[in-house]
Amino acid sequence: MELRKNYFADVRKDDLHEIGQPRPRSDSPGHVTGKTAFFADRNFPGMLHLKMVRSPHHHARIRSIDTSQAEKHPGVVKVLTAKDVPHNVYTILILIQIGPEDETVLADGKVRWKGEAVVAVLAETERAAQEAAAKVKVDYEVLPAVFDMEEALKPGAPLVNEYHGQNYYLYDSGECRKVRFGDVEAGFAGADHILEQSYQSSPIEHAPTETTGCVVAPEGNDRFTCYTNTQAMFFTLDNTSIILQMPGSKLHFVGGTVGGGFGGKVDVIVEPIAILGAKLTGRPVCFIYSREEEMQISSPRAAEKVIIKDGVMKDGRIVARKVTGYTDAGAYSRHSPYGAQKGAGHYPGPYTIPNVWIDTYCVYTNRTPSSAMRGFGVTIGDFALEVQMDKLARLIGMDPLEFRFINAYRDGDMKAHRQPTEGAALIECMQEASRAANWPVAEKFMAMSSYRKGA
Amino acid sequence: MAKVPVQFTLNGSEKAEFIDSGTTLLNALRDKIGDTSPKGGCHQGTCGACSVIIDGELRLSCLTLAETCNRAAITTTSGLAEGGVLHPLQRAFLDTFATQCGFCTPGMIMAAKVLLDHTPDPSRDEVVEALSGNICRCTGYEPIIQAVLTAARANSQNAA
Ligand code: FES
Ligand code: FES
Repeated sequence: MELRKNYFADVRKDDLHEIGQPRPRSDSPGHVTGKTAFFADRNFPGMLHLKMVRSPHHHARIRSIDTSQAEKHPGVVKVLTAKDVPHNVYTILILIQIGPEDETVLADGKVRWKGEAVVAVLAETERAAQEAAAKVKVDYEVLPAVFDMEEALKPGAPLVNEYHGQNYYLYDSGECRKVRFGDVEAGFAGADHILEQSYQSSPIEHAPTETTGCVVAPEGNDRFTCYTNTQAMFFTLDNTSIILQMPGSKLHFVGGTVGGGFGGKVDVIVEPIAILGAKLTGRPVCFIYSREEEMQISSPRAAEKVIIKDGVMKDGRIVARKVTGYTDAGAYSRHSPYGAQKGAGHYPGPYTIPNVWIDTYCVYTNRTPSSAMRGFGVTIGDFALEVQMDKLARLIGMDPLEFRFINAYRDGDMKAHRQPTEGAALIECMQEASRAANWPVAEKFMAMSSYRKGA
Repeated sequence: MAKVPVQFTLNGSEKAEFIDSGTTLLNALRDKIGDTSPKGGCHQGTCGACSVIIDGELRLSCLTLAETCNRAAITTTSGLAEGGVLHPLQRAFLDTFATQCGFCTPGMIMAAKVLLDHTPDPSRDEVVEALSGNICRCTGYEPIIQAVLTAARANSQNAA
């Protein structure tokens, strides 16, 4: 790989000696010899298997739960319901004061999506746990459900999550995250062309090769070691501490080895209930998603809808941009209010636009709760923005790459969030890309720089 | 549940176990014998993470009953390095950056080994075909294909 040193030569510190040098990964010798210890490679004598009884309905009131037959099933050691969980209603981001708590560890009174955890069965073997789980009787009163974000926002739509009181997340800025910069209507009024388009995406499952799970071993002294493939060790530790009302000093988490995650293993779902099972039985517990659960239960990337309206001048300048974004959180928040918020910050794009108006909504529906996945909140937005950029360029008959040079932000430009741009290198990236892709642009663009002296 | 005796060699050493009838080879290897190098990704024969070699053939241990392996010779990735020296395939996976999370790696290496045992100098298409039953979600297949081709070259150089 060639390291270009001509860029920013007068401002760069040139004592870099790691970049561009090959370094072996520290974990790959373990991978190729089969010695890397993934969580499920831990096996303890007397280990119990946990299986979840899940809601077959998208939205239903729970009239009653009868676990008596399951408890009698040979091999069953313990059956857990909502009343066994010390702090049953939680939300992951409460650790950074983002509330309200809106999700149950085990369903209490209601289920809000198909697949929601209702009862946990702990048994000597996986098979016994599965058979016993099938014997749990839950009496449901099915309620009307809503699956579409625009439907969910209409007055009179079924209320998905009572902890919110309406089908959208209430930010401190109101019903959506907002960005306001300049005067967007005046910008449209003065534009040569206006283009409004809408873009939408489906949920996407991460499908890691290793499914989500954990193995818990009681260590005596009421301490528990949890081997887990979480991607968010301290979120998991601290949330588990809240859910189980146990000091963190009683919880020892061992992780760091994840068999693929892509953001799909940042939610705090398996550990609290497995540790509770170990605590109440005094035995090691493993809780591993089957492949079917991984595909249907684990939180996908949110479905999104993005409506972008741009005002553009014949010479290529974008003068106004209005974006409305909708993020489908499913039934619970998890990381989605944050995802929608990131979208608000992102929709101006890496472009300098004088008039910007952005609203992004985090919407609740009776679908599988969505959460983190690889740049969630901005990836679909980038797809939409860049397709929109190509359409705008076509509209005014301009080369799409040259069109981006005209609008690219450079040092000193004011962004829509009122942060002056610093350390931009977009121009230089596009210059390299134009060379690499053999996509020539006019000489004046090749002479541009992101860096402006004194900016 | 009925226990059945099974005897086989695993990476050259004799194993004898009483196992519950119906136990998969994957679970028997991992839970009873303690060789956790075969991984369970799907337990339904679609991901290849559990691949092992039984009597020279590539097999999915999640779909193989342990009791059918009596007197078989089984090879797993944990038995590939000899005397602390990595097998050329293991070396090549390291050198070409063909592992990321590493969960698919043991299965990939087993599939590649069977290919090279039968076809020491495979074409790229033959490598692709041989790995087609193994899913990797992290690495992208290109470095893995390169690893197998690199190992094949190393083999033929050793032979020459
Ligand atoms: S675990 Fe055997 S093929 Fe996936
Ligand atoms: S390296 Fe992660 S699945 Fe292949």
